[in-house]
Amino acid sequence: MTNHFFGDTAVLLGRSLRHISRSLDTIITTTFMPIAFLLLFVYVFGGAIRSGAHSYVDYLLPGVLLITIASGISYTAFRLFLDMKSGIFERFQSMPIARSSVLWAHVLTSLVANLISVGVVVVVAVLIGFRSGAGVLAWLAVAGILILFTLALTWIAVIPGLTAKSADGVSAFSYPLIFLPFISSAFVPTDTMPGPVRAFAEYQPTTSIVNAIRDLFTQKPVGTDIWIALAWCVGILIVAYIFAMVVYRRRISS
Amino acid sequence: MKERMDIQTPAEQLQGPAIRVQDLEKSYKKLAVLCGVHFDVARGSILALLGSNGAGKTTVVNILSTLLKADAGTASVNGFDVTKQAAGVRESISLTGQFAAVDEILSGRENLVLVARLRHLKDPGAIADGLLARFSLTDAAARKVSTYSGGMRRRLDIAMSLIGNPPVIFLDEPTAGLDPQARIEVWHAVKELAGQGTTVLLTTQYLDEAEQLADRIAILHGGRIIVNGTLTELKRQLPPAKVEYVEKQPTLEDVFLALVRDDGKHGDLGHDSVGSAQ
Repeated sequence: MTNHFFGDTAVLLGRSLRHISRSLDTIITTTFMPIAFLLLFVYVFGGAIRSGAHSYVDYLLPGVLLITIASGISYTAFRLFLDMKSGIFERFQSMPIARSSVLWAHVLTSLVANLISVGVVVVVAVLIGFRSGAGVLAWLAVAGILILFTLALTWIAVIPGLTAKSADGVSAFSYPLIFLPFISSAFVPTDTMPGPVRAFAEYQPTTSIVNAIRDLFTQKPVGTDIWIALAWCVGILIVAYIFAMVVYRRRISS
Repeated sequence: MKERMDIQTPAEQLQGPAIRVQDLEKSYKKLAVLCGVHFDVARGSILALLGSNGAGKTTVVNILSTLLKADAGTASVNGFDVTKQAAGVRESISLTGQFAAVDEILSGRENLVLVARLRHLKDPGAIADGLLARFSLTDAAARKVSTYSGGMRRRLDIAMSLIGNPPVIFLDEPTAGLDPQARIEVWHAVKELAGQGTTVLLTTQYLDEAEQLADRIAILHGGRIIVNGTLTELKRQLPPAKVEYVEKQPTLEDVFLALVRDDGKHGDLGHDSVGSAQ
């Protein structure tokens, strides 16, 4: 049946994209919190934070984009959960289609939805003063990192999507991911933090991702951060993918 | 592999019964649900699998539709073994699960087109329109399914199952949770199906449903099929007290239907069916 994989995935992708276009409120909900953080930190806390950057919004945006994605993938899990719950997942699985295309359609939908949300947040950031002199290549590199980050978190989201028992439980996994950037270089430089917190902040994945994106935006040499960032994204992606597939196989052939 | 809607193609594996189940066993952890289930369903007939909640009816259906693996025993659908030839089975069947597995956010027509595309059929739009007309859903075709009544959803669900003319259809409690009117609408749809030579395995816990629809009735109890026969054969085995109960229920239903329906055609479903009102 794998000869239908791309066709079936495309049909199912069309289906979930239609879901997104008909429930644009999910995009609004996804972007609400990051935009609130953006405004809060720029106009309320920002004055008291010494980031060393020209404008605080320039400093802040990379971390807020990661928060956007972390909150967006809870909808990925939720959409998958709804399919499991409603029985339409079983209907698809009992049909002569490439079975894994059901999952891939959700993953690609997650990518599209998150890129839209990220776009919305970037537009708001520009409106409140974000500027970057980054060239096309740097922007492409930023997009590449964000896509990898989205895919990595999406495969994490697949796991609760397939296994959750209730709608409340299904998005709980995303809260720690949303708050991870707070203990990183996203909002304040890590050298202001006390020892153990600083150690955690400097070695957790979002710091290197934030630093790499920030360097790309401000046209600084990216240094090793980008390689650490890519290693984290790819590493999380592979581990999450393997776990998700194990869970998926167990779910479809118990 | 590519079946066309207009050609009746019971994917040619014509020997033997449409469904054959032999010594099927399945346990969840230590709970034995099926312990040696055995039955056949002849081509073009309707078998009702009766049993109380938790008797294992859904487990049987899920094994037959390749969603679940049996611990022991063999099962074949349309001549294909459910474990060794799962792809062949999936080409031959259609499953309508316990909860109407329709996409709430899409319209009725989009749901049908989706399934037709996934079955790789030509002209999904025409197939969808044909089924919408057949199931009296044309007026509601463009509406989101979330606005449908329970009966309309079920009809759409069954319509989705017919796409590609699968020779075998599983209906797992097709009327669970439906009101009597919607139930009659579904019965009507199932009867029409069987009239076209489709083999139907229907699970239900309603005796009258089995009575209305099935050629043969099998009762699943304690992990085994304890009886399997035609209605007349089965009726001989039922104690008189049960017969009284069965007689009483339709009477109440008649009263209900007479009160809520304006057309007064009890049990005989017209084309302008009830679910599309309101």
